[in-house]
Amino acid sequence: MRPVVISGVGMIPFGRRDEDSLVDMLAAAGLRAMDDAKLGDRSIDAVYVGNMASGLFNHQVSVASALVDRLNLFPAAAERIENGPASGGSAIKNGFLAIASGYYDVVLVVGGEKMREVIGPKATDVVACMTHPETEYIYGVTLPAMAGMFARLYMDQYGVTRKHLAQVAIKNQENGLLNPYAHIQMKITMEGILTHPQAHINSPIVADPIHLYDCCPVSDGAAAVLLTSEEIAKELEAPLVRIAGVGQATDTHTLQERSDPTDLKAVTISSQKAFEMAGLEPKDIDVAELHDAFTILEIAESEHAGFFPKGGGAKALEKGETRIGGKLPINPSGGLKARGHPVGATGVAQVVELVWQLRGEAGERQVKGAKNGFSLNFGGFGNNVLAFVVRRES
Amino acid sequence: MELEAYLRPPESPMAPYPAKVVTLATGSKMVVRQVDRSDVPILLEAIRPTLKIERDFYDIVGVRLYAELLGWYRYRVKDEFCLIGQIDGLLVGIVNSRMYSLELGISLHTLAIERGLRIGAHLFASKMEHHIEYLEQEEVLITAESPIGFRRWMIEYALEKREGQHELGGATPFALTRDLYFRNKDRLVAGERPVPLELMEIAEREIIIASEDDIMEKIMGAKRREIL
Repeated sequence: MRPVVISGVGMIPFGRRDEDSLVDMLAAAGLRAMDDAKLGDRSIDAVYVGNMASGLFNHQVSVASALVDRLNLFPAAAERIENGPASGGSAIKNGFLAIASGYYDVVLVVGGEKMREVIGPKATDVVACMTHPETEYIYGVTLPAMAGMFARLYMDQYGVTRKHLAQVAIKNQENGLLNPYAHIQMKITMEGILTHPQAHINSPIVADPIHLYDCCPVSDGAAAVLLTSEEIAKELEAPLVRIAGVGQATDTHTLQERSDPTDLKAVTISSQKAFEMAGLEPKDIDVAELHDAFTILEIAESEHAGFFPKGGGAKALEKGETRIGGKLPINPSGGLKARGHPVGATGVAQVVELVWQLRGEAGERQVKGAKNGFSLNFGGFGNNVLAFVVRRES
Repeated sequence: MELEAYLRPPESPMAPYPAKVVTLATGSKMVVRQVDRSDVPILLEAIRPTLKIERDFYDIVGVRLYAELLGWYRYRVKDEFCLIGQIDGLLVGIVNSRMYSLELGISLHTLAIERGLRIGAHLFASKMEHHIEYLEQEEVLITAESPIGFRRWMIEYALEKREGQHELGGATPFALTRDLYFRNKDRLVAGERPVPLELMEIAEREIIIASEDDIMEKIMGAKRREIL
């Protein structure tokens, strides 16, 4: 396989973007990535769009074709790639494969979602469409409900407490304050969301033990990466940030079929594959972007990806090891919790953040000397997961 | 003066609302207190920028709230009251309401200037607290002009639908009864009394209002204009 370089990245601020259509957002992020790569008049072979549910959210499909048209990238091949909340990661993987195989030289990957076009309960319902229709959805199971059941089990087995969950929320919202692209720009406190006798009114219960501030917001947004062969990257004089490892794995559709529902096998396997391909180990990683759609997931994923032993994620959090400046900063961007989670955009946004970190362009949230980054894009409730190792070549 | 007496609606005695302090998710302390007529001009200044904001029907809420407070200031609204939320003196939200009769309250408007902290929800709950607990009314008629308001009030409190028209544009009225209020109180009504002296002094010293630009930014969420 040929090396694949991330020659350009771009993103638009996540949040509520009433003024933009989905294609407007995809185009804006895509243009930023093209500008970042100083692509000039060089043609793009293919455009992959990671998007979960534009048909349901926005009554528009074939958004990849619409994006090519908007950006006048004819005759570039165009495909929308749907893999639930891991759509962005899947789009990057497909772009990677196309270049690594030698089939294409330049691929634009854009992830985007416009979720705020519908009201909150409808957005929750659309996302819940990824659950099993006969054994989960029909009984009213939503993703927050799954996270609640998962968190309760995890707490029982590994000693995670609500305080740990709140620590994730506080850390990531603090990081979000340093990220101008983050949806949530607000510092929260342990008193305000957990310890004050009336904190339950600020952070009401969503699905026990998950409370409001344990959940990511519903966001609009888009992010893009321009992937090229190494030859072209050198011509563009782009900093050589390579996709060094890609891993993907699946697990059962329903949680109930897993012998231990707290065992996120697809996270473990996809991470192992990505590390193996990169020739690295978890200890070599300087910065990680994990899929904290719910606070419990950051803790659980940090263990299943191999950074900490089972039960060690919460302890590392307590010791401040996952803060910026800690041993392994997790989600310096603010993660899904603060940057936001426009589902199709997330997997791409995670990689964009890693590229900024590895190039030393992350501003106030910069992880000093970061050379190797890791991202994890969690689809379904862990039934389709993508992991990436991204490396800055010296 | 004789004519003025006819123009002014009659006033009923109304119990005062005791100030309280609400701890927000940020850990900030929001003082919720009742204001009197003399405070209205400064509140109108804070409301004025919202008249241009279409997002989430702030323009309609703003213009109607402006008119109601002005009407109260000039003695043209019957039995109105107004509560505000302040953080370190800064005005972060306004709610108003009135008594239709001794038994029935009419909820008018809720305007949150600072967003994302449930300030609107806390202030709305405070005015329901005033209607039910201090004015000792039987029920409050409520309507909403925005989907956000509808979800906050009608759904969170599971209000009862009523026949007829709410005085705000003739929309369908929903009622918060005493029973519903007390059933939801622990879940939705925050605040501690008495307010520490120091906090109360800061709140009463001055109602600080943000600049027009700041108010627009807080409501529109356009803090990151330079990279938009």
